[in-house]
Amino acid sequence: MKVRDLTELAVRNLREALLRNTLTTLGIGVGIASLVAMLSLGVGLQRLATQRLERSGLFNAIFVRPASDFRRMGGGANPAAPGKPTPLDLKARQAIAHLADVQEVYPQIRFPTEIQYAGNSYPTAVAGIPASDRASGAFDGMEGRFFSSPTADEAILQIGFAQRLARQPETLIGKQMVVRYAKREPLAATDGGKGPATGKTSPSAPTAGFSLVLKEKDLQIVGIVKTDPEGFGGFGRGQLFVPLDVAEALHATQVTDLRQVLRGPSSVPTYAVLTVRVTSPTRVPTVEAAIKRMGFETFSLLDTTRNLRLFFTVFDLLLGIFGGLALVVATLGIVNTLVMAILERRREIGVLKALGAADQDVRQLFFSEAAVMGLLGGFFGTGLGWAIGRALTFGTDLYLRRRDLPAVNISFVPWWLALGAIVFAVAVSLLAGIYPASRAARLNPVEALRYE
Amino acid sequence: MMGATLQARDGFAIRAENVSRHFQMGQTLIRAVDEVTLSVRKGEFVGLLGSSGSGKSTLLNLMAGLDHPTSGTMIAEGRNLAAMSSRELARFRNQTVGIVFQAFNLLPRMTLEENVELPLRLAEVDRGERAARVREVLERVHLEKRSTHRPGELSGGEQQRAAIARALVNHPTILYADEPTGNLDSATGGEILNLLWEINQTLAATIVLVTHEQPLAERFAGRIAFMKDGKLVAA
Ligand SMILES: Nc1ncnc2c1ncn2[C@@H]1O[C@H](COP(=O)(O)OP(=O)(O)OP(=O)(O)O)[C@@H](O)[C@H]1O
Ligand SMILES: [Mg+2]
Repeated sequence: MKVRDLTELAVRNLREALLRNTLTTLGIGVGIASLVAMLSLGVGLQRLATQRLERSGLFNAIFVRPASDFRRMGGGANPAAPGKPTPLDLKARQAIAHLADVQEVYPQIRFPTEIQYAGNSYPTAVAGIPASDRASGAFDGMEGRFFSSPTADEAILQIGFAQRLARQPETLIGKQMVVRYAKREPLAATDGGKGPATGKTSPSAPTAGFSLVLKEKDLQIVGIVKTDPEGFGGFGRGQLFVPLDVAEALHATQVTDLRQVLRGPSSVPTYAVLTVRVTSPTRVPTVEAAIKRMGFETFSLLDTTRNLRLFFTVFDLLLGIFGGLALVVATLGIVNTLVMAILERRREIGVLKALGAADQDVRQLFFSEAAVMGLLGGFFGTGLGWAIGRALTFGTDLYLRRRDLPAVNISFVPWWLALGAIVFAVAVSLLAGIYPASRAARLNPVEALRYE
Repeated sequence: MMGATLQARDGFAIRAENVSRHFQMGQTLIRAVDEVTLSVRKGEFVGLLGSSGSGKSTLLNLMAGLDHPTSGTMIAEGRNLAAMSSRELARFRNQTVGIVFQAFNLLPRMTLEENVELPLRLAEVDRGERAARVREVLERVHLEKRSTHRPGELSGGEQQRAAIARALVNHPTILYADEPTGNLDSATGGEILNLLWEINQTLAATIVLVTHEQPLAERFAGRIAFMKDGKLVAA
């Protein structure tokens, strides 16, 4: 028989025992749904964890230092090495930025300041934030907004600090404040600062690299962040965040400057540490090797996302087994339904054979009925599984929101899971149809047609 | 091809040669059909009579390719049925043979036209052609106005006419009817036999009719065969 005729007859036969076949189809649907729900949870959690880890910047960052620093710390090497260590200066920074797969190269900028706000002053530390941090997730769920541009004179406050400035921190957003800091100026320059110079403007030693000038800068508060975005960056606690470029342009004195002074006069400013952002954690080793070849020391965390993937594969497998058990039950339902159908339709099968149906036709007819039930059950089950996943996500979100945590998507149905589930439902149904279909095909027409 | 030449040579629609069909029931062997030799010429109308249990239905099933003989050969249209694969036998039942049962055996949830269409579906006839063929045979049995009714909505005689239409739709050369009037009153039964006789005359179809009713058989059949205890008594 032609496929269209088979499908037509199959659908028609299924409609005849509507209740029973609907229940069987629902059974397949529930089996597929539990499978899809379980796997969508596995996929969703894996996606969440991987994204979080990747966005955290922990695994796509390389920290670069000048080589000599480490050697000196190591103690063994002679301080006056014949080959001078490559300076980690602006030229080196640009060279690193031009390497393949490098997204961003920036120094860590942190300096002590005093904030002037509403007539009071508050000591704190300023940290420069690179534009890429916006995507890291650290600023998710913040009050207000992220910097409008990488060069905007704007500031984001850490909640703890904001609470010191105002009882209701939200009211700070949009307000102006003044940052006082010590600017580093080459010695040759005259005292150009607008405020009076601090007491230590000119230390006694003539070889000192720079002088310090007190400066002020107006900044607009645009946001308040609840978590500490520097918290896992590993470089200490900042309480006031400004765009990195703005922080750099201030030329504020940093703690590391002192080391440079001690090292002796130098015409070009160098960086103590540069952070290199790479496009993906998997590219870290190649970029790291390239930077090492340039003569710098590097440091990075091992890419643990690979272990994570392995863990989740096992996790998915376990979830799949639980979902699969439900499907086994559904499969038995199909076998039962089809075997019952044979008993009821003995006469019909006999008539079909008398009219010229080959064994193959009868077998295909029963297979088609199984396949149609599988297809419908597959669609229904995939939809139901997706809905269960959504419900789980919704419940989790309610819970998280009550705890003031940002919402997350714990379940996810990718297209391959939906398609795979439907194909799987049909395949399982066909498998379940093998025995009933061959039994129906082998039915002796003469016996089937004998008087009832 | 081979079949066609043989058929042309011998002119027989069906030939049973020493055909037996035995059933083992525990210790006893039932010889439902016992060493039967019977030839039916093309276009013949044969009546098969005999008391209940004499083996008429069993013989008919063997001739229709629904059952296999225990021994002997069955040659239909020049082809040995025993040599056919089960797929070829199915095709034989579909294309060469039409069967009408006492119990009508229409599928109850299908309309008349759908019932009649079934052999065409099995023969993989194009959809466009099917409707015309169904209409043609329903007209022949005067049921064209009931084509969308279900069997349960029709009288016994109408159901049997629908079953005859279904048996004819693939233009078979042999029509087997196993007590087609058994469930009908005598007037309606007469109509059915009239219809079969018409088919025999106008379509030149070979007809083998199993019946209990000797007068009816004598009125329509060109030849009568008697069965008794699985054996053919007079051919
Ligand atoms: N599958 C079977 N198994 C065992 N015995 C069978 C089987 N089919 C037929 N028989 C026996 O073979 C004999 C002939 O049966 P058959 O149905 O051919 O008779 P019949 O002449 O058609 O009778 P009726 O007029 O009642 O229809 C009967 O005794 C019957 O019991
Ligand atoms: Mg009988």
